Amino acid sequence: MNSRYIFSNNRYMLKYSIIISFLSIINFSVSAQSVEIIDVEDMESIIHEKTGKTRVINFWATWCKPCIEELPYFEAVNQSSEFEDIEVILISLDFAEDIDTKVKKYIEKKSLTSTVKLLDNVDYNSWIDKVDPSWSGAIPATLVVNNSVNKRIFFEKQFEESELQNVLKNFEKEINQTNR
Amino acid sequence: MKILFGLLIVLFTTPLMNPDNTTGYEVGDYVDDFSLKNVDGKMVSMAEYKEAEGFIISFTCNTCPYSVMYEQRIIDLDKKYASKGYPLIAINPNDPKKNPGDSFDKMVERASDKNYPFPYLIDESQEVTRNFGATNTPHMFIVQNDGGKYRVAYIGTIDNNPKAADKATKHFIDDAMDDILSGKKVEVSKTKAVGCSIKWKSTS
Repeated sequence: MNSRYIFSNNRYMLKYSIIISFLSIINFSVSAQSVEIIDVEDMESIIHEKTGKTRVINFWATWCKPCIEELPYFEAVNQSSEFEDIEVILISLDFAEDIDTKVKKYIEKKSLTSTVKLLDNVDYNSWIDKVDPSWSGAIPATLVVNNSVNKRIFFEKQFEESELQNVLKNFEKEINQTNR
Repeated sequence: MKILFGLLIVLFTTPLMNPDNTTGYEVGDYVDDFSLKNVDGKMVSMAEYKEAEGFIISFTCNTCPYSVMYEQRIIDLDKKYASKGYPLIAINPNDPKKNPGDSFDKMVERASDKNYPFPYLIDESQEVTRNFGATNTPHMFIVQNDGGKYRVAYIGTIDNNPKAADKATKHFIDDAMDDILSGKKVEVSKTKAVGCSIKWKSTS
């Protein structure tokens, strides 16, 4: 009696788990990327976390033309095997209410695979200096950081593809040299 | 002589090589007057305003979503402070080749559609923008008339909520103007503004 109950229960579980995994596949294909809404504390931990990897943190927004122009170069870094030790995190400064209509829509259109987060805080003076004191507030802006070796460079500019690649190659080269 | 020559090279080449990295004016600096074309076709300079105690200068444009969100607040600043001796002057710093929506014709349209009560000037050479050290739009400067010379009293943003004026909890320009109008030193004289980077002309 008892064992039959467990048996049938397992069969149900199997059936449900098949349905659930099927649903999650559908769900995955509908929204390929999730965008987490973060606050300033989350952003600070992204900047300061010691992961052993180099992080490229790019501040952008869908309304910012130069940001959109350079975004494919960051996506290319994220996908390139040459930069496999580099983690790209795109922090959107779009408004939180535009997350579905603008941010996710853009990500899907461009099939971005990089991690995208949306920083929901418009009181810019309360956090701009935490990214870098030299940042005026204009975007695009990019922070390249490796906390395991305490190395960081900040850029308030729009990148060309070769330029971004060179910056990252040099950054990694210098890290390898200091590690030796 | 060699040192002097070297210095001259540095002086003349640095601003050309680094158009978007000039430091610009700081609070307390005297600024150069300018003469820029207004949407009515006439040239405007600060010296023409004989009665002005100072100016609120706004580097802003037609196209940047932050400029658009702040547009009404910029209009309101002029309405509030022009009568108190601080008229607002708006300057569009963007290269229209990079941003066709910021062309002179589009500026004329915008100023007339929105009934701008202030001059809306085009900085074609981008020299004024570079001298001020404006980096994004909207970027605000308050200058005070100091015996015919103009001195920077505030640099930064308008308030701490671009999305909704009524949700702002810090009003930087208003606070700075309160200090100025009551003869005090501006307490918060420098803030940062997130906005659209200025579209500089290509150097080549």
